Amino acid sequence: MTVLRTPGGFSLRFRPRALAVGAGFAVLAAGLGVLAIAGGDYPMTPADVLRTLTGGGTPAEEFIVTELRLPRLVTALLVGAALALAGAVFQALVRNPLGSPDVLGFTQGAATGALVVVVLGGSSLALSGAAVASGLATGLLIYAIAWRNGVHGYRLVLVGIGMSAILTGINGYLLTRAPLMDAARAMLWLTGSLDGRGWSDALPLLTVLSVLTPVVLLGCGPALRMMELGDDTASALGVPVRRLRLVLLAAAVLLVSFAAAAAGPVSFVALTAPHLARRLTRAPGPNLLPSMCVGATLLVGADLLAQRAFTDHQLPVGAVTGALGGAYLVWLLAMERRAGRL
Amino acid sequence: METGTTRLSGTGMTLAYDRRVVAEGLSVAVPDRSFTVVIGPNACGKSTVLRALSRMLKPTAGAVLLDGEDIHRRPARQVARTLGLLPQSSIAPDGITVAELVARGRYPHQGLLRQWSREDERVVDESMTATGVADLADRAVDELSGGQRQRVWIAMALAQQTPLLLLDEPTTYLDIAHQIEILDLCARLHEEQGRTLVAVLHDLNHAARYATHLIAMRDGRVVAAGEPGEVVTAELVAEVFGLPCRVIEDPETGTPLVVPAGRRRAAVLAPEPA
Repeated sequence: MTVLRTPGGFSLRFRPRALAVGAGFAVLAAGLGVLAIAGGDYPMTPADVLRTLTGGGTPAEEFIVTELRLPRLVTALLVGAALALAGAVFQALVRNPLGSPDVLGFTQGAATGALVVVVLGGSSLALSGAAVASGLATGLLIYAIAWRNGVHGYRLVLVGIGMSAILTGINGYLLTRAPLMDAARAMLWLTGSLDGRGWSDALPLLTVLSVLTPVVLLGCGPALRMMELGDDTASALGVPVRRLRLVLLAAAVLLVSFAAAAAGPVSFVALTAPHLARRLTRAPGPNLLPSMCVGATLLVGADLLAQRAFTDHQLPVGAVTGALGGAYLVWLLAMERRAGRL
Repeated sequence: METGTTRLSGTGMTLAYDRRVVAEGLSVAVPDRSFTVVIGPNACGKSTVLRALSRMLKPTAGAVLLDGEDIHRRPARQVARTLGLLPQSSIAPDGITVAELVARGRYPHQGLLRQWSREDERVVDESMTATGVADLADRAVDELSGGQRQRVWIAMALAQQTPLLLLDEPTTYLDIAHQIEILDLCARLHEEQGRTLVAVLHDLNHAARYATHLIAMRDGRVVAAGEPGEVVTAELVAEVFGLPCRVIEDPETGTPLVVPAGRRRAAVLAPEPA
């Protein structure tokens, strides 16, 4: 812990290691981002990319970078950061490292709305809107069912897992009702893909993230750290537990829903990013900011891999995060088992 | 020692979990600067009363008053600077050190731009010294023994710097030596720092020895309240716990000592050992 004090009674406390992890991943994300923009049907050198980004590119380069590749990269960064933030919040709220939005049914809920639009036939804007709306509706429903003198960790997890199973069933049914072409498009969306994302996909998420990041990090962050000590201890310390939980659940559900609207339900980022951040910072607490940096890096890295792993075709990014995240989870379980914690 | 005034009291409280009513029309008062101990048989509502007094449970009727004002109408942080609580179970985050955990007790005194003042640092050091965990400051809480861990949690509650401190069964799960250690610590905090303490205890003899004010409960009612010397009688123990016993003088402290009647009558009738 390092403390900065200024005259006038102001003081800031931070962990240099956590700061270094956050900054390190931010730099890594930027580096991967430049590589991602450089590659493709019209290859550029990283120097070309930097020149174009700073306004010195040819009109062709300008178009390729700012209209085609940058929106995809920005969407990846935002989706990664949003999912990681939501995951870190969920894990801290339910005090369970498996408490992520993919496990608790929120992602499946967002997918249900999107699938309904696919079956009925609708624009991609309608699809995004429906994903957000049904993600929020799922959040409300889970909250209402889990509510009993406030919402407690375990109930939320159990209700969420049940809801997730039901929604997966509904989603499967909806897929069988869709015409074949639409079902293929829906499957791609369900895996999570950043292919062809433009500014119109990035902007809604950017807006939500720029409003909710300060609310969650600065407004709720310190209180969320107290929640780790248990509901009673947190409220004894002056945390308005119920209100905090409601605000944070709403924020996390919004983040997940808008992330799903932008890129589909990309799996495992919300689960793994906060884990990885915590292991690297070695700090107790939700590690919100480091988690966001790790999440953004993971998704950009996964998308880069998805685009370049096979020369003849691209993978959807969700397939890569699923494979990597699944492997990480297995490794983690093995480690925990060896440490005797499981 | 007791001034007759009270900063914390509950009046006409109906306390219930969902629809199960634990107490109706219950009133309790905590005398200022007292070490108040609540006793009673299992399920008599003693922990529930403590939860109500610490605003963890909102009475469905009646009110808890802190400094004359309904505790639920006051801002949470403000209450947390006046009233502290050590709950029965708390969770130590993985890998957190003693100093970090105790530091979290400063939360109600901190803000976004005032994250760690010199005052915070001083109070945390003092709290660790007062509870004898200063030497453990950099150890991980998970590695400590049960007694040490309980002292760390008490240190955290002390760091909150509240004139009133509530403890819900602080000696449960500890062996006899650690129980006495924790109670001695509480008594010292009460005497030296002038804090008002309220504890729920299971052991009647511990309660009689350490309390300056006893509240005996049964079936959601207060059966008796007052100084242990007046409250703890064989009749009261029979009424509250349904336990036949004798009350003698504690040879160590002169406080009442409850000796349960033996299963064999002969044991009761035998002359007192010299």
